[in-house]
Amino acid sequence: MEPFERYRPIIDDFEAFLAACERPLGNAVRVNTIKASAERATAALEEDDVAYEQAEWNPRVLRLETDSPGSTWTSFHGFTHGQEEVSAVPPVVLDPQPGERVWDCCAAPGGKATQLAALMDDRGTVVANDNNLGRISALRFNAERLGATSLAVTNDDARNYSMKRFPFDEFDRALVDAPCSCEGTIRKNPDALDNWSEGHIDTIAGIQKGILRRAIQTTREGGTVVYSTCTFAPEENEAVVQHAIDEEDCRVVDFDLELAHAPGLTEWRDETFDSTLEQAARIYPHHNDTGGFFVAKLEVTA
Amino acid sequence: MSDDSSADLHKNDGQQFGRLPETDADRTVEGRVSRAAVVDYFEDRFAIPPETFDDYTFWEKGAGKIWLYSGEADSPLEIEAIGMTCLRTRQEHWKPTTDFVQRFGAHASECVIDLDREAARRFAAGEDQELEWDGDWGYLIAAHTVAGEREPLGIGLYVHGELRSMVPKGRQREL
Repeated sequence: MEPFERYRPIIDDFEAFLAACERPLGNAVRVNTIKASAERATAALEEDDVAYEQAEWNPRVLRLETDSPGSTWTSFHGFTHGQEEVSAVPPVVLDPQPGERVWDCCAAPGGKATQLAALMDDRGTVVANDNNLGRISALRFNAERLGATSLAVTNDDARNYSMKRFPFDEFDRALVDAPCSCEGTIRKNPDALDNWSEGHIDTIAGIQKGILRRAIQTTREGGTVVYSTCTFAPEENEAVVQHAIDEEDCRVVDFDLELAHAPGLTEWRDETFDSTLEQAARIYPHHNDTGGFFVAKLEVTA
Repeated sequence: MSDDSSADLHKNDGQQFGRLPETDADRTVEGRVSRAAVVDYFEDRFAIPPETFDDYTFWEKGAGKIWLYSGEADSPLEIEAIGMTCLRTRQEHWKPTTDFVQRFGAHASECVIDLDREAARRFAAGEDQELEWDGDWGYLIAAHTVAGEREPLGIGLYVHGELRSMVPKGRQREL
């Protein structure tokens, strides 16, 4: 937990934050509405005596009281998919509509890409890309298990992604759920901080900037890009978004999120960020008893 | 089923997705089934209404592996995947996939075998079991009742009084 000391000045109730990071995380699943409504999925859970609690901010997110959420009938039928509660936030913020063209730049293993498809009633095109071929098989497995027919899966580096293979030139929306230092997954992966270093963070931040810039370039004017990470490091969050608004035609916009969170930062050490970054959301483990997450919403302006 | 010798047909390139021709007469790739044949098969075998697939396109990648997709794409296409695999052709008995059956099997009204909870459990675990069935032999949609409604489990092969679970290893579960 020592690396987290650097966040003492920016996190309210820092001791509660540290205590929450020490606690293991419960099992959460998302209802896959491509295959079942929340009513049907919960009725199936009740039939099997699996206790659950519906998240207040999203009735499609369920906290299950079982040690094996993968061994339920709802999982076998693809009614539910194991997905951390905060990881269901970015697709909701992106708010894709049926029939749209949507790019998930870093999509494996597919929880968010299939959630995007579900939010679009599985109508439209969700391009689910990942640069890691090994993780693509997990993405494909999950897409088929969940019955998502609107996914097109590609295996490329998002930073210089080519649009040539598609019958369209730009996306309506893009989700950049970037590779990151994963500090916010500490409750699920106790070794998440084992290789932590500021040098590592700087390296990843460079990649994140490249991916976010390409996502903005490939999205139409008036379209939406959501940037998210599962880390607390401002170098990978506000600083990356600041770089994007400096270099590309876009602006940070506000969004509703009925999950407790702190605003994005406007300064970190000797750096200052645009005041609009306060509209980003920092979700800490002690806020809602979840993992940690950062989410920012951008509008493409040209 | 087809007469490929009558035209200059291309060899199937297993590395790329090629959209199925509308009918056998539109075929440009050797041995490739048509959309009409696929939709007819689902109707003839399982009584799935053809209009179920109005908003979907069908593609082949690999020999006889048919994919169903609802998004936009040009043919041919070299990417990792589109939509889901739904059917295996280029063999005597066409075989639907378990994932397809789970997604679209609720539209079927023939060749569906209803299992009780214990038989469903064995089917999901990948076990073969002896069961009574009055209908056709061959590939059947296995289903059970979940929260008051019929829910397809996957594809099974019924022969000689036995239902063999075709649920792929990675999808099998001990429930």
